Amino acid sequence: MRIELERRPDVSKLFSILSPFIALGLTLVFGGIMFMLLGKDPLSALYSFFIEPLTEVWSLHELAIKAAPLILIAVGLSVCYRSNNWNIGAEGQFIMGAIAGSILPVVFYEWQSPLVLPLMMLLGMMGGALFAAIPAFLKAHLNTNEILTSLMLVYVAQLFLDWLVRGAWRNPGGMNFPETRTFDATAILPEMIASGRAHWGFGFAILAAILIWFMMRYTLKGFEITVLGQSERAGRFAGFSSRKMIWFSMLLSGALAGLAGIAEVSGAIQQLRPVISPGYGFTAIIVAFLGRLNPLGIVVAGLVLALTYLGGEAVQVSLQISDKPIRVFQGLLLFFVLSCDTLIHYKIRMMWFDLTDTTADGVR
Amino acid sequence: MKKILFALATTAAVIGFSAAASAADKAKICFVYVGSKTDGGWTQAHDLGRQELEKALGDKIETQFLENVPEGPDAERAIERLARSGCGLIFTTSFGFMDATVKIAAKFPDVKFEHATGYKTAPNLATYNSRFYEGRYIQGQIAAKISQKGVAGYIASFPIPEVVMGINSFVTGARSINPDFKIKVVWANTWFDPGKEADAAKALIDQGVDVLTQHTDTTAPMQVAAERGIKAFGQASDMIKAGPETQLTAIVDTWGAYYIKRTQAFIDGKWETTSSWDGLKDGILTMAPYTNMPDDVKALAEATQKKIESGELKPFTGPLKKQDGSEWLAAGVSSDDGTLLGINFYVEGVDDKLPQ
Repeated sequence: MRIELERRPDVSKLFSILSPFIALGLTLVFGGIMFMLLGKDPLSALYSFFIEPLTEVWSLHELAIKAAPLILIAVGLSVCYRSNNWNIGAEGQFIMGAIAGSILPVVFYEWQSPLVLPLMMLLGMMGGALFAAIPAFLKAHLNTNEILTSLMLVYVAQLFLDWLVRGAWRNPGGMNFPETRTFDATAILPEMIASGRAHWGFGFAILAAILIWFMMRYTLKGFEITVLGQSERAGRFAGFSSRKMIWFSMLLSGALAGLAGIAEVSGAIQQLRPVISPGYGFTAIIVAFLGRLNPLGIVVAGLVLALTYLGGEAVQVSLQISDKPIRVFQGLLLFFVLSCDTLIHYKIRMMWFDLTDTTADGVR
Repeated sequence: MKKILFALATTAAVIGFSAAASAADKAKICFVYVGSKTDGGWTQAHDLGRQELEKALGDKIETQFLENVPEGPDAERAIERLARSGCGLIFTTSFGFMDATVKIAAKFPDVKFEHATGYKTAPNLATYNSRFYEGRYIQGQIAAKISQKGVAGYIASFPIPEVVMGINSFVTGARSINPDFKIKVVWANTWFDPGKEADAAKALIDQGVDVLTQHTDTTAPMQVAAERGIKAFGQASDMIKAGPETQLTAIVDTWGAYYIKRTQAFIDGKWETTSSWDGLKDGILTMAPYTNMPDDVKALAEATQKKIESGELKPFTGPLKKQDGSEWLAAGVSSDDGTLLGINFYVEGVDDKLPQ
């Protein structure tokens, strides 16, 4: 016996819409069973996980803070992935953007002006884009595999940041601790509304999502991206250059990841440290696919994933359990969402004992 | 009864009174951990302290913790959540939580905060630390007695004052026995990485050291030392299981005493901000049993420990020279705490250039 996944001839519209809800339902059932086995009330666990973080203003702000970098990076990645360019190194572009943007508040800290912030954001985008240009160049001109090159450059970026904060950029008043000086007030991304600490990074994320959504849907560039992604040959016949597309998609996603990096550093951390991201660049890959590579879907997916972090903490606090079952629960959620999505496009075929198989006949 | 209470609490939580309902009569004491509470090192030592606290004052308090909290914006959120969920006293147990704790403490003036190993305080924010270096002085003396070659290896994490202080104390202790004693240092640039720590241990042994100490958290160096047949010291927890024939002693963090003392003060309404820096005599730091050494060395170690506990011996007392040969402390003068907490130079006898 073996099991095969068989592509469905056509995809059910109804189930495309229903699938996330089915996944959520399955997660609730199996997560509930898990909490019950742990001797905890499943209802209050699920309430703390999904609802409690949404009932208070401060935690909505936290949700926005956590979701902002995920959405911003994932929106850029969606363009890459749709055009069949597999940028896996957003984490590195995030870090290099943060470093480039921090040049002003760390090296030229005495210069205080309203121009500082916009320039920081711009430098951040340039930093991310330039770092993404390396795998773009290698792919466009030497035909290397961008999955490998972009991924390996992540480690280069991480070590470069580490070296900077322990060396040249270390805070002279920081007692040898590996961190830069804290940013001046003019270099800190302001809060969006006065009720909490969510900063403009979330605004950037929403704006980027809308712009990219518009581009994909209503412009020739969007059409070009889709065509080249689905069939390079067809794209060539239409006069599109796949080499130019490599550059465009990699630079765009690099710039957005870089913007996410400098927004996170300026808005939330307010200095550089050896580690500035708990893996946003990698989590954003999940977000991009959860959002089905649609910028608006990505906004929802980013918020949902951010909610799982907040909810996880809420459950730890309200039920007094360790974070291990929470991680299992987060895993369940992702597993069900992705497998439900897979089953829309594919169906499972159980290959039982096949009677028409002639060799089997011969053996008998 | 417990079940009924829990059901009540749950119902209330569902209607949205979670904070008010769970804050019954007991004071809530909360902990934020950077690692997993079973990491075998730093965080585990803090969690053991929390468990001791529950045992001692369990009828008056309940405890709560968040583990694996990353430093940075996530820490700020985690601490704020605890502050909002009715915690009266919150211990944040990693240096990297410093700025997050400062920010949240300013936002919640009615909640008390205690931050481990930091240097920023506020009216509702205290700091606490342990004089690990006292234990390292004893280790240095043992090393000088045990080592045939007069050279010890030191696996260091980050060149911050805390670590530099430990190195200096170890060397000072060793040179009080053997004035020519030297140490070699390898910077692993991590607190927790078995692979790197093992590599550092191998490199040091290859350079000819015959006793090993570490300021990193895993038992990997101990295992390497055991394989190569040299002696070593444990760190943060008793690591005797990793080297039954190898461990001489270990510095063991015992935070429980401090947690009980501060929580009692909190319950009594006598909590005040401090910068606490206790050591061997307060029981916040203990030495694992002295093993695998001749009796005279053991007697020496025990005597030194007693002298430190009684205050008769202060590890950093002159005459002491800096690495470059210039004078640091004149004969009979002891270093003040302020200098130690910002120390960024080596004493004589360290065979390494301090990363600056």
